[in-house]
Order: sequence, then C-alpha cells, then structure tokens
Amino acid sequence: MNTSPFKKLALAALLAGTFSTAHAALKVGDTLPDLTTFKLDGKLPDSLKGKVVLVDFWASWCLPCAKSFPVLDELQKKYGDKLVIVAVNVDEKAANMETFLKKHPVGFTVVRDGQQKLVAVVSPETMPTSFIFDGEGKVRFLHNGFHGEDTRKEYISEIESLLK
Amino acid sequence: MKNKMIFALASTLLIIGTGCANVKPWQREHLADYTMRGDRDPLSTAQSEHIWFSREEASGGRGVGGGGCGCN
Repeated sequence: MNTSPFKKLALAALLAGTFSTAHAALKVGDTLPDLTTFKLDGKLPDSLKGKVVLVDFWASWCLPCAKSFPVLDELQKKYGDKLVIVAVNVDEKAANMETFLKKHPVGFTVVRDGQQKLVAVVSPETMPTSFIFDGEGKVRFLHNGFHGEDTRKEYISEIESLLK
Repeated sequence: MKNKMIFALASTLLIIGTGCANVKPWQREHLADYTMRGDRDPLSTAQSEHIWFSREEASGGRGVGGGGCGCN
C-alpha cells in the first residue's frame, strides 16, 4: 500500500492519543514492589515477609479516603500483628497530609510518596486504591475506591481468608 | 488541493492528539479543589439557569467533565 507521509502523520497522531491513556497497573497476581527503593517519606515496617499486607494509596483531597481511614484503623486494631497496613499518601505537599492526619488520626503505618514514583509504578485507577498481599507478597485482592460498609465487609472476608 | 486538505486534517489531528493532558488519578489535587466545582454556588447556578432559560430557552446541560476529585 502506498501511504502518503500525511496519512502516516495522521495515523501517528491518532495512535498517540489512543495509547497515551494506556498504562500498566499493578494487578492481582503481581508481586509487591520493594517499597524501600522508592524514597518514601516515613518509616516503613521492618519486615513484610510472611505477613498479610494491605497497601492503600490515598490523598488528603480525596473524600472516600477520609471515610476509609477509620475502617482501616479498625482492621489494624482487630488483627494486630497479623495484618500490616501501609497507607501511601500521594500528596505533593507534606503539610496537606499532616493536616489530614490530625483530623483522622490512625495507628497504622503512613508514608508519603511525595515524588509520586511508587504510585506511577502501581498506577491505581482511582483514589483510594488498596491492594491486599498474601504472605508471599503477591496481590490477592484489589479495591478500586472505597464504598463504605460493602468494602469493609470485603476487607474482613479477604483478610480472614488469607490468615487461615 | 487534496494534499492541502490532508495536511490540514493531519495538523488538526496532531493538535488534538497532543494537546490533551492526561491527568492521572493521583494528580487530581487541583481539580478536586472546591473552587473547581462549577456548581459551588447554588444561588449563582440558579441565576444562570434562569437567564439561560428565559433568554435562550435552554436549561440543563451543566454536566461538564474535567473538574472534581474523580474518586471512587
């Protein structure tokens, strides 16, 4: 087929528009990236090996995130050492995160991905997004958004299935 | 003439294809701001609706994408 340069140009523009929205996101079955390599602000738990881990990506400007925090805190208290919750904040300004945490104090680990490097690798579809990893560090469950009591019940049944 | 038309089309596509910013869900901080909401002032919204309805015989159609948290 004899294609003119203009047609090629038009095709390239269309393809660029189409594929710029596609991104490789962390999905069920994938392995938890090594969190220590992303220069996160805050102290990470010493070891995640062999533990059920819930990693939650959140932002201070996200209303469902504020609703999810008391539930995550309740889960942390309920399961204690058996469950590790790491909430990864994606705010560009640390002050916004700190203001949020004063309003919504929690007992689990909160770190900040200020450079948004980890979140770019994980590429969550919405805020908040949470991943539940099994003891081998594989994503077993994925939650896009937080839908109140429905999500809370799902968290409990999924965590208990992994703790068996 | 044909080449000019194709060139115009290709240029338009190029501008459309490259002119759109792709905001990731975790980059919506400014879009999630209260001031980015088109309906943040109910009185102003009601006045605008009244003007459009009475002057232009149109109403509704205010659902414009782009702003907001985009959460959940």
